[in-house]
Amino acid sequence: MNATSATRMNRRLPWTTALALLATAAGQAGESPGLGEPLAPDEVAALDFTVLPDGRGLPAGEGSVGEGARLYAARCLACHGEEGRGGINDELAGGAGSLAGPAPVKTVGSYWPSATTVFDYLRRAMPYEAPGSLTADDYYALTAYLLYLNGIVDADARLDARSLPAVRMPNRDNFDHGWPPDAAEGG
Amino acid sequence: MSDDHGRDDAAGNGLLHRRLFLKAGAAAAGLLCATARGETREPWMRAPGAGMAAAGAPSPHVTLERVGVSSRPGTTGSGVSRTPLEQLDGIITPSRLHFERHHSGIPDIDPARHRLVLSGLVDRPLAFSLDELWRYPQVSRIQFLECSGNSGAMIAPTPPSGSCGEIHGLVSASEWGGVPLGVLLEEAGLKPGARWVIADGADAAVMSRSVPLEKMLDDAIVALSQNGEPLRPGQGYPMRLFLPGWEGNMCVKWLRSLRVTDRPALTRDETSKYSDLGADGRATLFTFPMGVKSLLTSPSAGLTLGPRGVYQLSGIAWSGAGRIRRVEVSADGGRSWADAQLDAHVLPKCLTRFRAAWRWDGGPAVLLSRATDETGAVQPARAQVLAGRASNSFYHYNGIQAWAVDDRGQVSNVYV
Ligand code: HEC
Repeated sequence: MNATSATRMNRRLPWTTALALLATAAGQAGESPGLGEPLAPDEVAALDFTVLPDGRGLPAGEGSVGEGARLYAARCLACHGEEGRGGINDELAGGAGSLAGPAPVKTVGSYWPSATTVFDYLRRAMPYEAPGSLTADDYYALTAYLLYLNGIVDADARLDARSLPAVRMPNRDNFDHGWPPDAAEGG
Repeated sequence: MSDDHGRDDAAGNGLLHRRLFLKAGAAAAGLLCATARGETREPWMRAPGAGMAAAGAPSPHVTLERVGVSSRPGTTGSGVSRTPLEQLDGIITPSRLHFERHHSGIPDIDPARHRLVLSGLVDRPLAFSLDELWRYPQVSRIQFLECSGNSGAMIAPTPPSGSCGEIHGLVSASEWGGVPLGVLLEEAGLKPGARWVIADGADAAVMSRSVPLEKMLDDAIVALSQNGEPLRPGQGYPMRLFLPGWEGNMCVKWLRSLRVTDRPALTRDETSKYSDLGADGRATLFTFPMGVKSLLTSPSAGLTLGPRGVYQLSGIAWSGAGRIRRVEVSADGGRSWADAQLDAHVLPKCLTRFRAAWRWDGGPAVLLSRATDETGAVQPARAQVLAGRASNSFYHYNGIQAWAVDDRGQVSNVYV
């Protein structure tokens, strides 16, 4: 941020002129203090965690199911159980075909609409006690492993910024949108 | 208190007209005045009391804490704490009792280092410091905040035990102050195609939600203060997103980044969680405004009435769509209803306190409340809320709450 910190006010108006304008405009709606430090594109990118469903925001790197399995055993299994089932926290695998039944089981595989969400969430928040402690390659590998556990990719799959958004989630067509209100299907 | 008002009842099983309740209250107040001749001093009137203090504290005779405080297994930071609704009156929740739901604990943020970044489809990506935000025009409004998982226990086939706060305490109300989002987005300049804004928190989970741009430009604020003081850490210090009337999870705490996009991100907390699964296996995303809802907080489950006679029924009503227009109460399980009195503050997207007078005859009763908001939406029955839902779909529950009073005066949760 600091590299560009001097520029914004300069770019718009000399400092003294800006102050004078603020003084005369005091109390007028529409006039704003004109603060905020401009950011260069690489500064913005460094702060940006968001991965969109079309893959925008995914970093370089790649990971395989096999690498994911090893990482999972070391960093995830204690809370999420063997192969993503029966752990003390959220079920990560299984539940396929259960959603319309008497006891729906919502997991990455049975419920989530977009594969990009898996990478997005893991990179933000997991492993729980040390989020962000893994590399982009690791997060691709863990994503691949969770999708493999749910029968969505093969045992030899590798994922990267190109292949991950192309993964078709089994439940993706079973969502309606409550927003905007006129798009709601009424329930 | 007399209990012979039967002919004047407003609805079945002892619901009274307001004027009769006030009369009953006045009679009780009269008793207190009878002995005053300037001679009686209680012990605490015989010497000056405690001195000044830099901060106030609750009375040592009052135990008022959040309830239902719990965390997910293996963590201390992913959990909830609830507002003890049955112990509060009025509409403002004391800040220390405001409910909390954190996904990865409460970060200890250095306000001098924290920045709010606006980026994405904007002309000028900008980073605002806390000091800079304080220079912008502020607005403040008294509004509710409700977790969309609130009252989720009510989907169980048998009525959950626990107090009103333990069941329904993921709702609170505060005066929230901050900078309108529209002002900040104008500073950055919106580009064509801007439709959604992805909000990230500075907690360890980098909590993230996609918010429609319309809401941001309507009444959203970057909140800096709650009930007159800077936000508390558990509420997002130094800044949080506040979206009046919309589900609490979207009001991202410790707000760090707002990225303007052409589409929602489908973050984990707007897909895996906080979405509504139907019985047919289809689910609905983006059900943002909280529905019209009310509860009797007094009496409520776990409390016990004293002797038969006149009692005040009191509760809260709210709607994410606007003001509460009407609250009705019933003492006979919904066979007859009477209008409750609304307290003076009937504010949009805020808790509204309602009251009614009830003469308990010592027999069983089932007490209900039902709210209507200014759009005409009426609070639904539990069965209506659950119709068409998956068996374990617990978000966005706003069904009518029933409390049963038995012949010993004990109050419990029931389904009607
Ligand atoms: C210390 C326990 C713990 C560890 C270790 C852990 N998690 Fe988690 N995980 C959690 C908790 C708790 C949540 C729910 C957090 C919340 O409240 O939002 C969660 C949520 C998740 C979810 C979302 C589940 C859903 O259905 O929404 C995924 C996916 C996940 N974890 C994957 C992982 C992976 C992969 C690892 C290893 C890199 C990992 N977790 C390690 C505790 C843990």
